[in-house]
Amino acid sequence: MVPTTATVAASAESETADGAGIGPASAPAPTLISYEEVGKTFETLQGDVVAVRDITLDVREGEFVTLVGPSGCGKSTLLNMAAGLFEPTTGTVRYRGSVVAPYNQRVGYMTQNDHLLPWRDVMGNVIVPLEIRGLPKGEARDRVEELLATVGLKGFEKSYPSQLSGGMRKRCALARLLAYDPEALLMDEPFGALDAQLRLKMQIEIRRLAMSLGKTTVFVTHDLDEAVSLADRCVVFTHRPGTIARVVDVPLPRERDLLGLRHNAAYRDLTAELWDLLSPDLERMED
Amino acid sequence: MADTTQRPSTTLPAGGSVVAATSKAEQRRLAERRRRQKIWLARALLLIGIVSLWQFSAGRLVSDFFIGRPSEIAETLYIWAASGKLFFHAGITSIEALLGFLLGSAIGMTFGVVLGRAQTLADVLDPFIMMFYSLPKIALAPMFILWFGIGIDMKIYLTATIVFFLVFLNTYSGVRAVSREQIAIMRLMGASESDILRKVVIPSAITWVFNGLRLSVPYALIGAIVGELIASNKGLGYLLADASGQFDTSGMFAALIAIMMLALLLNFAVKWFEKRAMPWKTVEDKREMSI
Repeated sequence: MVPTTATVAASAESETADGAGIGPASAPAPTLISYEEVGKTFETLQGDVVAVRDITLDVREGEFVTLVGPSGCGKSTLLNMAAGLFEPTTGTVRYRGSVVAPYNQRVGYMTQNDHLLPWRDVMGNVIVPLEIRGLPKGEARDRVEELLATVGLKGFEKSYPSQLSGGMRKRCALARLLAYDPEALLMDEPFGALDAQLRLKMQIEIRRLAMSLGKTTVFVTHDLDEAVSLADRCVVFTHRPGTIARVVDVPLPRERDLLGLRHNAAYRDLTAELWDLLSPDLERMED
Repeated sequence: MADTTQRPSTTLPAGGSVVAATSKAEQRRLAERRRRQKIWLARALLLIGIVSLWQFSAGRLVSDFFIGRPSEIAETLYIWAASGKLFFHAGITSIEALLGFLLGSAIGMTFGVVLGRAQTLADVLDPFIMMFYSLPKIALAPMFILWFGIGIDMKIYLTATIVFFLVFLNTYSGVRAVSREQIAIMRLMGASESDILRKVVIPSAITWVFNGLRLSVPYALIGAIVGELIASNKGLGYLLADASGQFDTSGMFAALIAIMMLALLLNFAVKWFEKRAMPWKTVEDKREMSI
């Protein structure tokens, strides 16, 4: 760690200079994931599709970053590259300074589809990463019990995924994610399919967990309100090919009351502002 | 008859206030059970009808030399069962079908999993496999007699060859159908190839495997019976050929019925194993439908 240079770099990057004391700028940390001039082109039958272009972004350790933009602007592509599922066409993606190789095992990935194993019950699903790690069975079960209590799934150990509601499946996937204790959490619209109340509940949960466990989180969403309320820093994307339209430091305290945000003036102003920023893109999408 | 159908409608309103408390689900289950009973009744009536018609027309409309006579078939079956002949021959056929089934499906599953995971190898072997698959396996019987003689093992190998392809092709498709995203998620958790095989590939292919197994049951019997028809001195196929040689039509029908019973039994066994092997499926089936 080189504290002085890291501090300078971090504060130079943040856009809002007036975030004194409340924003994440007060706690500078080394960069964990960095995108350098990243572009990704997919070859399809209809020709090449540029998913993202010219992405330069640093995610600092312990930071909660949300990526928001219209559907299909390549946000998920960025997560996939951080996880090492595929390489960028141009530029580099680094994790702790070294280029991401296939299957970056230091990150946990929660996708839109929860990818639970249908033939295993809740206990069986959450225990998978611990089995892989070769933890003794008794110890692993205790740990899973603990995690299930954390995400509020106690008593559902023996239920199969097909017996669970959408929200419970997400909790189960979250417990599995936490079971292998990754350094960083990559989340791709994990709560997209949930109803508003459940969604808020999960948002509160995820923010609380990320803070208390000190996880770096990159959270993809197309919902502006979600993006602003969860984030320390919010990255707004343009429509395809996705480029970064703006990076905003969210002027909300790290310990925040998501329930009461509706009445927070700073939150309201920021979402309104970003809404205006994104709306030209929405119009274009209708063509 | 009229009395029993009348009774529920009179008792229902009387206990209505109490019954109303019992859940809708209860009522639905009762209705479902009544429907099942009706179906079974209809089946029984149909069977009785067919057998009566058969019995009546035998010797009157059609010569019983061609269609036998249900009463005689039952008598033959009874004599065979009483003398133990039936169980001896059925036992032989069962052993052939079962061992062939086990051997063929074990090899089929292994090949299916290995080739499903090794794309290049599968591509190399593809034309050869398809060549053998297209060959009617029964045509191999003379060759098998040459190699293994006319004993029980020849029928086992013939059955195994037939079952192998069905189970292999289904397992292969099952392994191929495993979601790549699911595997990627496991890789991110640090899973090794053997973890992926044991925790994702095999369990997710198992539905397909059982599909193949269920398809194989009648084919396993084909292997055993045809083997016996061609060259044998025991087994249900031999009973059939023997009865045919003596122009004993009732004996032939009796043997056919015994073969059918055996097939039913084997089907039932596979279904039972399927239920035990995939408890999550039962749960899924029981769940109320939602689209």
